[in-house]
Amino acid sequence: MFESLTQRLEGIFKKLRGRGTLNERDVGEALREIRVALLEADVNYTVVKSFVEKVRQRAVGAEVLASLTPAQQVIKIVNEELTRLMGAQGAELQWAPSAPTIVMMCGLQGSGKTTSTAKLAAKFRQEGKRPLMVAADIQRPAAIQQLQTLGKQIGVPVHVGGPGESPLRICQEAVRVAAAQHCDVLLLDTAGRLHVNTELMEELREIKARLQPHEVLLVVDAMTGQDAVNVAKAFHEAVQLDGVVLTKLDGDARGGAALSIREVTGAPIKFIGTGEKVEALEAFHPDRMASRILGMGDVLSLIDKVEAAYSQEQALELERKLQEDSFTLEDFSAQICQLKTMGPLEGLLDLIPGMKRLKDIQPDAKELVKVEAMISSMTMGERHNHALINGSRRKRIARGSGTTVQDVNRLLKQFAQMKKMMRSFGGVGKASKKLRRGHLPLPLG
Amino acid sequence: MTGFFAKLKEGLGKTRASLLGRMRHVLSRGGVIDAASLEELEELLIAADLGVHTVTRLIDGLRRRTEGGERFDAARLTAAMREMIGEILRAGEAPLEVDRERPFVIMVIGVNGVGKTTTIAKLAAHYRGEGKKVLLAAGDTFRAAAIEQLEVWGTRAQVDLVKHQAGADSSAVLFDALQAARARGVDLLIADTAGRLHTRVNLMEELKKNKRVLRKQMERAPHEVLLVLDATNGQNAVQQAEQFSRELGVTGLALTKLDGTAKGGVIVNIIERLRLPVRFVGVGEGLRDLQPFVAEEFLAALFEEE
Ligand SMILES: Nc1nc2c(ncn2[C@@H]2O[C@H](COP(=O)(O)OP(=O)(O)OP(=O)(O)O)[C@@H](O)[C@H]2O)c(=O)[nH]1
Ligand SMILES: [Mg+2]
Repeated sequence: MFESLTQRLEGIFKKLRGRGTLNERDVGEALREIRVALLEADVNYTVVKSFVEKVRQRAVGAEVLASLTPAQQVIKIVNEELTRLMGAQGAELQWAPSAPTIVMMCGLQGSGKTTSTAKLAAKFRQEGKRPLMVAADIQRPAAIQQLQTLGKQIGVPVHVGGPGESPLRICQEAVRVAAAQHCDVLLLDTAGRLHVNTELMEELREIKARLQPHEVLLVVDAMTGQDAVNVAKAFHEAVQLDGVVLTKLDGDARGGAALSIREVTGAPIKFIGTGEKVEALEAFHPDRMASRILGMGDVLSLIDKVEAAYSQEQALELERKLQEDSFTLEDFSAQICQLKTMGPLEGLLDLIPGMKRLKDIQPDAKELVKVEAMISSMTMGERHNHALINGSRRKRIARGSGTTVQDVNRLLKQFAQMKKMMRSFGGVGKASKKLRRGHLPLPLG
Repeated sequence: MTGFFAKLKEGLGKTRASLLGRMRHVLSRGGVIDAASLEELEELLIAADLGVHTVTRLIDGLRRRTEGGERFDAARLTAAMREMIGEILRAGEAPLEVDRERPFVIMVIGVNGVGKTTTIAKLAAHYRGEGKKVLLAAGDTFRAAAIEQLEVWGTRAQVDLVKHQAGADSSAVLFDALQAARARGVDLLIADTAGRLHTRVNLMEELKKNKRVLRKQMERAPHEVLLVLDATNGQNAVQQAEQFSRELGVTGLALTKLDGTAKGGVIVNIIERLRLPVRFVGVGEGLRDLQPFVAEEFLAALFEEE
């Protein structure tokens, strides 16, 4: 998608080569394309309008840097403006001067409040805090059990109200419980509600007024459309948001809602949700979100992750092996160890354009353990030449690793596919260089 | 039924009020559509989540007509736009017929949190109200307390449920449920599934397996693969519909959460691209907040004044 936007822009500026300044007509044409790209990304149309105006003012008459094409110059401006609009990086939660800190989660139905509550609690716990989750959603059937199950999973206590207790009462009671149990951070999981439901919005306002939470977080689905502005406005008016959690970013939504919400509330996006597991919570990076909305995928995240996991020499070595086609199961095993340090794989592979379709090569964590077991049950000879592994060897390997012959078959098939794929991908090191320099027409590196 | 319609209208009314109000504003400038007015109209439709491509096509249609000499005043503009959108919506109108098989098996799928489980509860109540024997399958064995959630709904709707333990193989649940449905002479089996993003390849494979397991046991089952979409979603709903269709052969759609201010206009886009019927719309969190999709009503709620 990004390529097509870039290509379209390159097309517009074809006539204007080399140095020069951007004239109004060219910029106007370019901005039309950018407008479409932003609308496609679900940025609210009023936000798009004012944004495009801002860019126009900066771009018309701007000098084209020597190293850039005019199209790149425009994208650079767009990217900078978007990033700036998206706010500062690493906005932190506000902590109470004296415990407990109270964090109130709110949002529409199905936006991901309960999951985000558990993710935050798990994060706090890991940081050495003592969180208490509060089941204040008495609307949705089994919402309380959902939080309790998650609580057990992450080892965080959950406060549950008695029958007939109002959400406000449950929250107030939880403050007492927190004091008694020496919990230092309270997470209120409120029921999902429509921003036009006056009764339920009033309930939220009341909880906010009585408990004075230090942090009110709006949980928003990254797939939200034009309505995001109405939702954000209404919640902001009711309870003054301190921050936003943007969820389900592991999908392919461009997430334009992020920009809309930021624009109408001014509240920073503090966290993003990138999966269903409790670890899948990340800090927000405005620059990455900007490039995502513009439609170039989260390529930068990918580059960072890949580079963090591979040293330069390793990458070169791998590249050589792939080129010589001497990549073996032994190397594969080493790769897997490395991949494990890179975090959830599915999320990672999803970031690579085109990779989503390669279904058979997406291993999950459990798979990886099996794969390691199978490879360590192979002889050295087998590891270096997988062609040796015939039927009876497969049986032996399966027995030795506590897996099945089908597992071994699948591994060998995946290995062959991976070899093929990596060859066409040109090796990891090369790929990341490619992404950073030549093929990414953005001066981001 | 009138209750549903009123509720749907109430939700859509908010859209309509602003849409009509602003159209009038557009038209107050001389009563004839010029380029600037068309652009403003384009924005109005985009604000309803119709998507820039669909909107461009619609607007281009109007533009060509003005260039051909046609003059639009307020009434004709509304009528023309209404006709164009209505034509698309009508292509998406085909009520679900559950009497052609017994048991009729509905497999409900969709991304996380769109309203699958609630829609199932509403469907169960709806068909039970028609005197049908309904059975639910707790096929979401993944999300915390998903089984309990469906159980509560099952009790409220007074229908039976087949479940396994949390973490169990969802295909096994569906297998047992279909077996039970046939043994007990059930009319309608509705299977819940875990929410999943359409980009998660492994999880899509799991759904395919679920479907295979049903088909193995009963020819043509599941008879309906119902994709639930959230009206609050923007253009990503198109991706959802495309991807789930490609992988699972979606046969119908349900559009939820139309009781808010979200317009659900993306459905126009989806019908146009995929030619999928919209079976139901959800207009609230209660058991009765489900309405069969009727193009004329949807359109009327969007365009007509009280
Ligand atoms: N306002 C409104 N809320 C709805 C509607 N349909 C469902 N919901 C709410 O949306 C939330 C999520 O609904 P669920 O039925 O649990 O969604 P799901 O798709 O089964 O969710 P997962 O199984 O977690 O993927 C609940 O709070 C429902 O009450 C609707 O038509 N209108
Ligand atoms: Mg569900």
